[in-house]
Amino acid sequence: MQVSPELLAQHGISPAEYDKIRTLLGRAPNLTELGVFSVMWSEHCSYKSTRVHLKQLPTSGPRILQGPGENAGIIDVGDGWACAFKIESHNHPSYIEPFQGAATGVGGILRDIFTMGARPVAIMDSLRFGPLRTGDDPSGTTNEVTARRNHTILDGVVGGIAHYGNCFGVANLGGETVFHPCYSGNPLVNAFALGLARHDGLFYGKASGVGNPVMYVGAKTGRDGIHGATMASEEFSEASEAKRPNVQVGDPFLEKLLLEACLEAMQTGAIAGIQDMGAAGLTSSSCEMGARAGTGIDLDLDRVPQRETGMTAYEMLLSESQERMLLVAHAGREAEVTAVFQKWGLDAVCVGAVTGDGKMRVRHQGKVVAEIPNVALTDEAPRYRRPQQAPVRTLPLDPPAGLTRSHDWNAELLQLLGSPNIASKAWVYEQYDTMVRTNTLAGPGGDAGVIRIKGTQRALAMALDGNGRYCMLDPRLGAQLAVAEAARKVACTGAEPIALTNCLNFGNPEKPEVMWQLAQAIEGMGEACRALDTPVTGGNVSLYNETLGQGIFPTPVMGVVGLLDLSRQRFPLGARFRAAGRQVMLLAASAALDAKTALRELGSSEYATVIAGQVWGTPPALDLEAERALQQCLVTAHREGWLESAHQVSTGGLAVALAEGCVSRTVEAPAGTRIGVAVDLAGTEEDRVALFAESATRVLVSGEARHLQRFAALARERGLQAHVLGQTVAEGFTITRQGESLVRLELATLAQTWEQGFERQWSAQAVVA
Amino acid sequence: MKIGVVVFPGSNCDHDALHVSGLAAGQEAVPLWHESTDLQGCDAIIVPGGFSFGDYLRTGAIARFSAVMEPLRRFADAGHPVLGICNGFQILCEAGLLPGALLRNAGLRFVCRPVYLRVETTSTPFTGACERGQVLCVPVAHGEGNYYANPDVLERLEQRQQVVFRYCEADGAVTAAANPNGSLANIAGICNEGRNVVGMMPHPERASEGGLGSSDGFRIFESLLICK
Repeated sequence: MQVSPELLAQHGISPAEYDKIRTLLGRAPNLTELGVFSVMWSEHCSYKSTRVHLKQLPTSGPRILQGPGENAGIIDVGDGWACAFKIESHNHPSYIEPFQGAATGVGGILRDIFTMGARPVAIMDSLRFGPLRTGDDPSGTTNEVTARRNHTILDGVVGGIAHYGNCFGVANLGGETVFHPCYSGNPLVNAFALGLARHDGLFYGKASGVGNPVMYVGAKTGRDGIHGATMASEEFSEASEAKRPNVQVGDPFLEKLLLEACLEAMQTGAIAGIQDMGAAGLTSSSCEMGARAGTGIDLDLDRVPQRETGMTAYEMLLSESQERMLLVAHAGREAEVTAVFQKWGLDAVCVGAVTGDGKMRVRHQGKVVAEIPNVALTDEAPRYRRPQQAPVRTLPLDPPAGLTRSHDWNAELLQLLGSPNIASKAWVYEQYDTMVRTNTLAGPGGDAGVIRIKGTQRALAMALDGNGRYCMLDPRLGAQLAVAEAARKVACTGAEPIALTNCLNFGNPEKPEVMWQLAQAIEGMGEACRALDTPVTGGNVSLYNETLGQGIFPTPVMGVVGLLDLSRQRFPLGARFRAAGRQVMLLAASAALDAKTALRELGSSEYATVIAGQVWGTPPALDLEAERALQQCLVTAHREGWLESAHQVSTGGLAVALAEGCVSRTVEAPAGTRIGVAVDLAGTEEDRVALFAESATRVLVSGEARHLQRFAALARERGLQAHVLGQTVAEGFTITRQGESLVRLELATLAQTWEQGFERQWSAQAVVA
Repeated sequence: MKIGVVVFPGSNCDHDALHVSGLAAGQEAVPLWHESTDLQGCDAIIVPGGFSFGDYLRTGAIARFSAVMEPLRRFADAGHPVLGICNGFQILCEAGLLPGALLRNAGLRFVCRPVYLRVETTSTPFTGACERGQVLCVPVAHGEGNYYANPDVLERLEQRQQVVFRYCEADGAVTAAANPNGSLANIAGICNEGRNVVGMMPHPERASEGGLGSSDGFRIFESLLICK
């Protein structure tokens, strides 16, 4: 075979990498083998640009049963239960074909969970899109065509997630939906899933036992998704739309059958190891299972169930057809596995055997078409310490001169509440089944989702968080803030944060500025995880999120899982005020900042973007020790029953957090009685800072005064500040400053603005479309 | 009392129906696999929600041909209680055990949220523990729950008081705003002429325990216990 530079370029393999392949094989690869190397050494599968950095993350702890390197991380959650969870991106496919791209993103992460033996019980999504209206982009770069395209992508992505998750039967607990122009050409679709298993019912992706049969189960193999992993490892250009055939098509019904069949087959005891066929399908599942067990796998492609005729070995090995699994059965027990799959109407076919030589050997039509040592594809994959260069800062540190003193705080608060990133996302999450399996104690719309574990007095809280703007300004601090906020959201339910998964969405790592952002963010994430004692159990890296050279904000997204003890309090805490006449208190890390720093921090806030139409300054400072103390106080306070509500103060600042306490929903009755609030803000900072700054490590709580007194004492003992702000009231929303009125609004106005803000931008666009 | 829950490929509320029937109601509850014709001596049968056969062709259109449906029809004809929830309601309509059909939601999107239901009749095995006019808070979760029947069928349903539940406001007022899917006459649930077969789009099994938002749905299961 003639290996031309063009052929290597098509496969995304550099000349140096090709030389390494020749050395590892001791000969030149054939075309099939080149294809196999191309996907396994792609950024998506090999983490070649990030591995050296990811190694510094904390990955162990008393609760960690399985850290990074498997299909999903696993933690011990007590009473013999284990929890598998992970987040993964499907950004590139979702841009090219939003509905199927997002749907198969959900399908892929669900398989990662149930291949470990865990039944998926919750999913969440972190979504980022470009603006839906030209008016939402102060920079003016969003034109009508782009806005309409963003609208189509949002509609398709939400529809795809709903289609797959609802049919599969897993509760969607929400997540994030964020808009910014930098995501117009590169929407982010990060899907998180969490499942439960008994400790003795866990399975791993290991091809153990020489002579054991290798079985292919699930859907038939077709030509879809070939080179999907390679596609996800390059920038987009105008030609990318022609790559639509690289996007797989999902069938959630088939996946549901596969779930039930796999869990039932696992019960028979006939399965030794199992792994889903995700990116790079048959190739990655077989070489990774072999590499983990130190064994080899012999595959006979003629036995692989196929839905098209005339497929080449190259196509079959690289196909990313969905809803397939590779499993290793104990020799002699194949029939038990087959019987279960037959019951569910699925294929289960012996396609090979485990060997002792550590090689992935593939036969097709009687000939060996590929023979590669497994470790050459996995452990020996290239690792790069790519050059880094801090980008030159172009944004100002100090606020624009036009930021004047006189303001209508009522109007600004309402504008913020109705803005795309703060307004209620009910339009999104009401399309998702949020309650199937009857475990949902807290669904979408609050700080964190919570599901109970039936038969125990335990529940799991989970939350996703990322902030691209913070990370653009300071990737290290931004990543720390994302970890802290995700954990704080979990702690606001009363749960103790215990572990973290992450999805690192960045641009092209071959650009030193992007690589610097990536390395900084990973460092920051590691520091925060160590400080908050939430080890990393795995995750996903999505690079090359660039279109026509235009990259996204660096957007690391964190998913934190926490354990909630229901033995003393039966329910999780929520953001919503529960009764009038209760005390409202703000828990914060430290004393107020000096005026200059406070104004600089305001520049990274949602207020600066939405109201001032500009970005300046720095993300809020973070004291990780205080953050940990605050989260621990919340857990203690909930256990003691001191609190009736807890809500973290973040996007939009204290004024927005107060408003959300009045208008946000709970799993309870559709409307319920809204509770108002009357607070007075102390302090000397500017009014706008007091109302809208996003200083970290702050939580708004309510409860009976006698209880909050004890809570405040505990908080002060831990070096935190506890300020009594005021009271919950039956009617109205008022914020004063030393008696002087800043905000005075009707609850109905607040609620209407917040509830309809998102749909308003939606309908404005629908008229155009 | 022994309650059977039919399991089709793609049923995904089967575990929930078993959980509430069994654990919460303190009854014996068993799964009934769709390919089996043995109803295992059950006293009542629930056809649960989900996406039987992936909703391919049309919701419920394939499930009605499963082997379990023939004995289920005889069971219903003999007057025993049968409850279809969500996809189960769609299947019972496709099977001809209930009149009418469930079309795509008027809003064309899947809708999942708590709604209020007004109990229109207590003379079914699933509403005997309720009061007429009582308002229950129970969630819906469906893409095709828009109830439709021909005008003469609809008139007969009303005349014979076969409308079991209507979507309403918290105070019981039946309004267009309270209708999540465009159903004719805000219909959320109906029964057959014999009154023993009930179909409803909302999910009472999801509103049967404290902590899940509402326990109003438990009334449906309690009704079953007092019906014999």
